[in-house]
Amino acid sequence: MAKIDKVLMSGNEAMAEAAICAGCRSYFGYPITPQNELLEYMSAHMPNAGGVFIQAESEIAAINMCYGAAAAGMRTMTSSSSPGISLKTEGISYIAGADLPCVVVNVVRGGPGLGNIAPAQGDYFQATKGGGHGDYHMIVLAPSTIPESVELVMLAFELADRYRGPVMVLADGMLGQMMEPVVLPESIDPATLPAKQWAITGARGREANLVTSFYLDPVELNEMDVRREERYREIEKNEVRYEEYKTEDAEVVVAAFGSMARISRTAVRMARSEGIKLGLLRPISVWPFPYEPLRALSRRVGTILTVEMNAGQMVEDVRLAVAERAETPFYGQLGGLVPSPNDILREVKRYAG
Amino acid sequence: MPVSTENMVRVFGRPESLNESAFSYCPGCHHGVVTRMIAQAIDELNIRERTVVIAPVGCSVSMYQWFRCDGTQAAHGRACAIATGIKRVNPDLIVFTYQGDGALAAIGTAESIHAANRGENITVVFINNQIYGMTGGQMAPTTLLGQWATSCPEGRDGRLAGHPIRFAEMVAQLDAPVYVTRQSLFDQKRLIAAGRAIKKAFRYQVEEKGYSLVEVLTNCPTNWRMGTLEANKHLAEVVVNTFPLGDFVDRG
Repeated sequence: MAKIDKVLMSGNEAMAEAAICAGCRSYFGYPITPQNELLEYMSAHMPNAGGVFIQAESEIAAINMCYGAAAAGMRTMTSSSSPGISLKTEGISYIAGADLPCVVVNVVRGGPGLGNIAPAQGDYFQATKGGGHGDYHMIVLAPSTIPESVELVMLAFELADRYRGPVMVLADGMLGQMMEPVVLPESIDPATLPAKQWAITGARGREANLVTSFYLDPVELNEMDVRREERYREIEKNEVRYEEYKTEDAEVVVAAFGSMARISRTAVRMARSEGIKLGLLRPISVWPFPYEPLRALSRRVGTILTVEMNAGQMVEDVRLAVAERAETPFYGQLGGLVPSPNDILREVKRYAG
Repeated sequence: MPVSTENMVRVFGRPESLNESAFSYCPGCHHGVVTRMIAQAIDELNIRERTVVIAPVGCSVSMYQWFRCDGTQAAHGRACAIATGIKRVNPDLIVFTYQGDGALAAIGTAESIHAANRGENITVVFINNQIYGMTGGQMAPTTLLGQWATSCPEGRDGRLAGHPIRFAEMVAQLDAPVYVTRQSLFDQKRLIAAGRAIKKAFRYQVEEKGYSLVEVLTNCPTNWRMGTLEANKHLAEVVVNTFPLGDFVDRG
């Protein structure tokens, strides 16, 4: 049989397959639109890969099953969409507090509340500023295409293990539902991954391993928290990812992530054909956020326009980076509406030339 | 006069699976008895090196630190979901949760019922002392009708605050569980029976039979505002009327 190089997959299916390729052998989830295909794909394919699939009784149970699987040393993942992620935030805080590697996919939909099932980016604050209780961060990776979703799911597992914490892949309803050809990566055999010495595997011939986020003594908790903060500084130093597109000579730059960046790229091409020097800065890691590249850009462009499918969330980070060095307007649509390249171009024209 | 131990035989000692830590329970509390019984069962079944302790939120929050076993600590009510995650990815481990009435029968009802319904091969030890101990004596889902608690100062009124939940009976309605029992500790006979029930629940897991729940009616002298003898009498004469003792399911 000829080797199949490319397969046509929905974003949800591709992210599921990427997790299996990454050596993930346990998935726990609960149905919610628009991420159902991810759970369904796992139910069909995880057992064949020799892994564990459970449709949990709730998102809360699912994330706690991840806690257990991660504590036992297994690569593990859960996925959901906005309201379900709200339920998971308790567990995510415990996972961060117990220094456990875990990948969480959020296929964001319109909110707040039940909102709707259309694509949105209203969970940016929740993803990047904590969401759950206590001082913690997640690495948050925001793909803008399905091939990139595959790449970032693979990376998410690697980073979760390296830094021992939860990593979120922040997609949206559009990325979850649409189909694109993808080239699947080489599969990682979980047996070849480095053993996790801290994991719960039975205290056989060694001291007991304890996995916990509980430190009653404030001095001890402070010590644990400070150590984790140091790890976050390492992450900020090493794991900032972003892409610049036609920014070399740009006079106006659009800052956008995820699906919105993909649409903005078309707007850049349209602007260029009209002689408007527009560029794009696309954060790939929204935490850690690419403050430095934005700071650098703000020294040579007049306007950095942030475009999001929300009421203005990432724009706060853009403004932190830019300070007062450039104009930092915002354009967004709410309710699951998706701005078109024309919408963006019209907005850009208010600031260009 | 000092007593010589030379000709004595050791008949009782600290279980091997416990380390040197002191329990943090109040004097007279039954928690310590149940914790010790678990350690003894682990010793007798020779499973210390395979056992995973899942501590709850509550008076036994530090429990995982007292065993010479791997362990973790669960968010309030989530222990059975965590147990599921651990057991499914590593079925060789012997996984038990130890939970109070708040964790098992209030905030963690969903996790507790569904782990039982899936027949997870885990052991759940349920401490039913009819009160929230560590937070200072608030009403539990198992608080008796008319019983005083800091959050029902006029006594529990079933019309407003619901009725005591009989969790073992609820779980016994499900098809999957292999062993569901309610035990108590108020006299010697009950102590022996409870110890045997706990050991049986662990043995069933070792034998890969499936899910077990051992509910133990226990006291809380501190928050019941009772002496230990009075608390034992209360268990034997009052509490058992709402929570009958015995095996509800034994499919072992």
